Amino acid sequence: MAVRAEPLALYLHWPFCRFKCPYCDFNVHIRAAVDEARWVRAFAAAMTRAAEELPGRALGSIYFGGGTPSLMAPETLGAILDAAFATWPADAPVEVTLEANPGPAEAARFAGFRAAGVTRLSLGVQALDDDALRFLGRDHDRAQAIRAIEAGQQAFEQVSFDLIYARPGQEPEAWRRELREALSLARDHLSLYQLTIERGTAFAAQVRRKAWSPPPEDTAAAQFEIAQEETAAAGLPAYEISNHAREGARSRHNFVYWRYGDYLGLGPGAHGRFIPAGDAAGVRVATVARRKPEAWLEAVEAGGIGEEERVTLSATERAEECLMLGLRLAEGVPEARLRAASGQGFDAALDPAGLARLRDGGFVTFQDGVLAATPEGRQRLDAVLGALLA
Amino acid sequence: MTDLAHIRNFAIIAHIDHGKSTLADRLIQVCGGLTTRELREQVLDSMDIERERGITIKAQTVRLAYTAKNGETYQINLMDTPGHVDFSYEVSRSLAACEGALLIVDASQGVEAQTLANAYLAIDAGLEIIPVLNKIDLPAAEPDRVRREIEEVIGIDASDAISVSAKTGEGIAEVLEALIHRLPPPKGEADQPLRALLIDSWYDTYLGVVTLLRVDEGVLQKGMKIRLMATNARYDVDEVGVFTPKKTPVASLGPGEIGYLTCGIKHVADTQIGDTVTEDRRRAEKPLPGFRPSLPVVFCGLFPVDAAAFEDLRESLQKLALNDSSFVFEAETSAALGFGFRCGFLGLLHLEIVQERLSREFDLDLIATAPSVIYKVHMTDGSMVEMHNPADMPDPVKIEGMEEPWIRATILVPAEYLGAILTLCEDRRGEQIDLTWAGDRAMAQYRLPLNEVVYDFYDRLKSASRGYASFDYQIEDYRPGNLVKLSIMVNGEPVDALAMIVPRNKAEGRGRALCERLKELIPRQLFKIAIQAAIGGKVVARETLSALRKDVTAKCYGGDISRKRKLLEAQKRGKKRMRQFGQVEIPQSAFLEALKLNDS
Ligand SMILES: Nc1nc2c(ncn2[C@@H]2O[C@H](COP(=O)(O)OP(=O)(O)O)[C@@H](O)[C@H]2O)c(=O)[nH]1
Ligand SMILES: C[S@@+](CC[C@H](N)C(=O)[O-])C[C@H]1O[C@@H](n2cnc3c(N)ncnc32)[C@H](O)[C@@H]1O
Ligand code: SF4
Ligand SMILES: [Mg+2]
Repeated sequence: MAVRAEPLALYLHWPFCRFKCPYCDFNVHIRAAVDEARWVRAFAAAMTRAAEELPGRALGSIYFGGGTPSLMAPETLGAILDAAFATWPADAPVEVTLEANPGPAEAARFAGFRAAGVTRLSLGVQALDDDALRFLGRDHDRAQAIRAIEAGQQAFEQVSFDLIYARPGQEPEAWRRELREALSLARDHLSLYQLTIERGTAFAAQVRRKAWSPPPEDTAAAQFEIAQEETAAAGLPAYEISNHAREGARSRHNFVYWRYGDYLGLGPGAHGRFIPAGDAAGVRVATVARRKPEAWLEAVEAGGIGEEERVTLSATERAEECLMLGLRLAEGVPEARLRAASGQGFDAALDPAGLARLRDGGFVTFQDGVLAATPEGRQRLDAVLGALLA
Repeated sequence: MTDLAHIRNFAIIAHIDHGKSTLADRLIQVCGGLTTRELREQVLDSMDIERERGITIKAQTVRLAYTAKNGETYQINLMDTPGHVDFSYEVSRSLAACEGALLIVDASQGVEAQTLANAYLAIDAGLEIIPVLNKIDLPAAEPDRVRREIEEVIGIDASDAISVSAKTGEGIAEVLEALIHRLPPPKGEADQPLRALLIDSWYDTYLGVVTLLRVDEGVLQKGMKIRLMATNARYDVDEVGVFTPKKTPVASLGPGEIGYLTCGIKHVADTQIGDTVTEDRRRAEKPLPGFRPSLPVVFCGLFPVDAAAFEDLRESLQKLALNDSSFVFEAETSAALGFGFRCGFLGLLHLEIVQERLSREFDLDLIATAPSVIYKVHMTDGSMVEMHNPADMPDPVKIEGMEEPWIRATILVPAEYLGAILTLCEDRRGEQIDLTWAGDRAMAQYRLPLNEVVYDFYDRLKSASRGYASFDYQIEDYRPGNLVKLSIMVNGEPVDALAMIVPRNKAEGRGRALCERLKELIPRQLFKIAIQAAIGGKVVARETLSALRKDVTAKCYGGDISRKRKLLEAQKRGKKRMRQFGQVEIPQSAFLEALKLNDS
């Protein structure tokens, strides 16, 4: 069987954290003890079975997300990686990202993770201000964050870190100062996320009972604009709504999501999108794994892959996802990609009147068969998509 | 058939909530019309809305058998009537079928605006009135003060007023005796040609159209061939009967009796309220004096929120109209709201009730435009058009002048709130006719343009008096008014649904308020939006809604993708509920909210 041209991205979810942050709605569980060996066996088994649907694929990237995967022992991570490489051939060199919290315990393990095969570190710094870190419910402080960044940069060739802005009471100029400091610490990649009030989180409850309010739209907009200016000036311009990097330092794994490539998600609550083998129609499925760690483990130990739901995406849904994700990238969406994903061209997927208005308004460009959102358009992408889709 | 001396016909009239329906229940119970098991609270309020809101919309009639203290059994026919001003035509119809009326006054409240209005209707109809002071079980009841109030404010003798509690049953026996001894029996000869007054008709799923009538002369029998004198239509009577309150067929109805007939009439519209029913073979020479038909005075557009529900709405309106001859509608198209109907109502409560029934019984999501009245527009060419919809306003250069309907309003209010009420009336271009006192309450009479009353006047009245003011009105006449059409434009395009007719000197203020409100209501969009109010071609107010500055999901990884796509799909569906104005799309909900506030 021929190897498919596109390498496969593998997402592995480690669902454990030491504590639950008040803004976070990821699939996170707190457990006093985790039997890591059992998890290694389960991940290995799940990979072997999942590979039956993805034969002949080569791995392009692996992402350990969470939760806090940096809580596992480097040996555990190494064993899971070994299982992955035993299952699929590598499309060398494979990018292996690890999400890590910037606590001292994690930093001490960086060398071990590097030795186990991690190539890229993504640190959840969140803020460079102690009050803000406390507000965000984090257990690290500014000094530890800076030390973790430095330790990470020594251990890994690629390091990125996350900041959360548009915090209540944060002035745009204070954000600019914090961001400048971050840029002085960053080597080549930064993720800057506007604080999102997610349903079901502690923050959502606080906002609902008016304990505090997120900043108004104009303030958040000013902060977004500052992020664009400052990162561009520092040579790490935005290549995606919230991601900034020097040329060549972009995350290969995340690009698979945004370019609507195939990715397999394993582990509790992980999502996947891929075209299973043997399906003549070549139709893409969306999968979701069982969320509870124990339930996922048991399902895998009973001979499954822990999947809870699998839906076949319709052509319209595939077109919507392809556009919704691709327009997040500065490079835009080539028509060929949309066609390959959904069988539709722009003429079928887009509302012509909406497209015309958006072009006239300077929110999108359409050139050489590539539809792209301008910086103005990306800043308002949700509204742009609403107007664009037929 | 009962001999005349043993029949009494009476209506129960009162201000809303003074206890008409409760008293009617008690009378039915005492006379054994229903067993205790069958007696639900307020058996006569048959629609869900009536029972829930505690208002009587349709007049109801019941025949009871009462054995008096003198040992004789009487047939008494009771009519419960609506207490709200919008339905006063129902009251007059009931009164036309009776010789007397029980005027109920809540002894803890006193005379209110509709007590007065309904009492005058009864006096004008020449009825014998028995004042009844209700709710004397309440500690706050002051029967003596209220008795004096009835004499001072209404001007009728209340020395024989009966104190009752419809709740405990106290005084009910006296009421029944008074009905027998104080009300005159009906008159009428059984051997004359049939003359029966058509009081009401409604549609019954099993029987078709049911007609309520009161026989004046002659006898109405099952199997008889009848003729409706106004429409000249002929029918064979299928069934004759009475309500006890259960529907009970009888062999015939003689003079003075009230009951129903069914005769294969297909549509309620084929029956004319106030018409005279006679026998086809032996026709009466002259019809009975009828009453003037009720005409809608308040209009508004009703549009389905979901355009696809247009046909459902049409069907539902048709069904409602089956039992509500005073409700009218015709198809209308609006650029802002799509396809809908222009509907006419007897008043604002009527409008509200119809809307509520549409959403509740027919499960329809509706948008109602601002209520409007009927304007008479005199054109320069000498012709006159009646305008029900501000969107139909002719070109101002072709208008010679406009007239608007005025009402005579009666407001009763405790002294402490009088100032606020007078200010409200003056504000609404009111002209004071009279201001008198009944104890510590004032009775103010005002002439007011109806146009000013359909805009949240009730709400203002209630809040200005903390709910203590009562209000009643009659349409009086048309008077010239300096009126203009206020248009609202979004990005230069008129929003027809928000157009309204306003007095020139208030146009600017209203326009400004509406623009400000819309600015709050319309969500920011990719493009900035100009909101303007204009009179003719002249812009009198303007607001600019600046463009959206940021609207993007920060993170979009694995799990977020499906969720985000679903949001996007909801957004796409929502687009169908949007109306396009130039480059912007405005959700209908913004118009709906704007229409809720219609005032300066
Ligand atoms: N305490 C007391 N409440 C009463 C009496 N009669 C009626 N009510 C209450 O007054 C309210 C209005 O009564 P209702 O018969 O619906 O008034 P309608 O609007 O005139 O038909 C209801 O809550 C009744 O229960 C009474 O004699 N005593
Ligand atoms: C899976 S999470 C965190 C990984 C790691 N456990 C940590 O907390 O450092 C990935 C990133 O998403 C961002 N994030 C999570 N919830 C967010 C929210 N509600 N608003 C904005 N950013 C959020 C944070 O910056 C976080 O570092
Ligand atoms: S933000 Fe990171 S550490 Fe906090 S709960 Fe979420 S996954 Fe765990
Ligand atoms: Mg009632």
